[in-house]
Amino acid sequence: MVDFYENHNANVHRGVHTLSLEATELYEQGRERVANFVNAKESSEIIFVRGTTEAINLVAYSWGLNNLKKNDEILVSLMEHHSNIVPWEITAKIRGFKINYANVTSDGILDVKDFENKINSKTKLVCLSHVSNVTGMVNEIKKLSKIVHDHGAIMLVDGAQSVPHMKVDVQDLNADFLVFSGHKMLGPTGIGVLYGKKELLQNMSPFQGGGEMIKDVVFDPANQRCNISWNMPPWKFEAGTPNICGVVGLTAAIKYLEQVGMDNILAHEQALTKYALNGMKNLGKIMLYGPMNSNKCGIITFGLAELSSHDIALLCDSYGVAIRSGYHCAQPLHQIFQLQSSARASFYLYNTIEEINRFIEVLKEIQTL
Amino acid sequence: MSSAVADYIVRIEGTCGAESDIIVVLKFDKKDQALEKILKKATLKNKIADIIYDLTYGEYSFRFYANGKIIFRGITNKQTLNKILDDLLI
Repeated sequence: MVDFYENHNANVHRGVHTLSLEATELYEQGRERVANFVNAKESSEIIFVRGTTEAINLVAYSWGLNNLKKNDEILVSLMEHHSNIVPWEITAKIRGFKINYANVTSDGILDVKDFENKINSKTKLVCLSHVSNVTGMVNEIKKLSKIVHDHGAIMLVDGAQSVPHMKVDVQDLNADFLVFSGHKMLGPTGIGVLYGKKELLQNMSPFQGGGEMIKDVVFDPANQRCNISWNMPPWKFEAGTPNICGVVGLTAAIKYLEQVGMDNILAHEQALTKYALNGMKNLGKIMLYGPMNSNKCGIITFGLAELSSHDIALLCDSYGVAIRSGYHCAQPLHQIFQLQSSARASFYLYNTIEEINRFIEVLKEIQTL
Repeated sequence: MSSAVADYIVRIEGTCGAESDIIVVLKFDKKDQALEKILKKATLKNKIADIIYDLTYGEYSFRFYANGKIIFRGITNKQTLNKILDDLLI
């Protein structure tokens, strides 16, 4: 990123001067790299956005507003992050379609039977997280995607918590849309990705208007209006100057993750999680939430008796351990768990067994307070 | 909140979750002075290794962390919080 700003800083797809061509080359190389990373058929299926939230909003507004109407239904799960609930509630109010919510068990596992029961011929779209940001539970997207497509619906997969941690193959999963964020995978903030199948993207309306996303803007003197034709995807969805340096940073992050190996990263996280769970189970006042099986990523959500999650987080912070507290932007799942909030420890490829030991030592101290 | 008290504070944040807790983040160079004042007016219930202070003031309980963060519990009203902070820090 430093090299970009020092040596190649210019806008993309605009100028014919060397700097602009270099910036464009880096930007489009990044798109190729991302496409390869998630095994998209072609790079035009990769749209750069600010993050997962913007990607879901893009689908909700560009696809949802044009394809969902009264009497249509969509299916969303109760384990979703608010970013995969709120855009659909907003667009449902505008278009009048129905949102069904698939239940989650008290263990934090998707109720697949309820999921199947709530898909019908009216269902046009299913929105589901690949991995829960609260419990780390991995949903069986490939199996669920088949159910969705058998009913003639399409599927949006929230990969914010899966793409950074495991090999994700959009063709194997048969995901129609996949969304994820750069900042959760060693990249910078403010850059994210929407993958969409080419035929869907081609038929979608633009999300925002501006430069780059248009082919022509021709003024018609007779009507005193401009006639506009859209650019091809992905540029149709990238109005204005994009976050070029963000793409450069995301590309570097992906290169690094690929060098380490996604399978190695997942194995490391699962080993840390198992180790941490074993240590935490022995703490007297601990309450662990979510599934405890091996089908989860490096997330442990917990509470300590008589302490609020914020107390736990502030106490951990006093010892130099950073954890999250609150709803984690997933209030409906906390309603299922009957929790006011929860504390969450999460691990990534840079965490070590020594850090887990320290974390457990801190929890031991905290529970004696 | 008086301007004298505001001078101690970097930020006040409501917590995420169903609990009505508020976290007050103090300026790093003012936190020790703030603690000194608070300890004169609030009731100290428990102290752990000069890192954590469990306190009450009137009907309200709060916890002071030596790194300059205070968590007030069960306060939803901003005016109530401002009054407590004024009482404690002036």
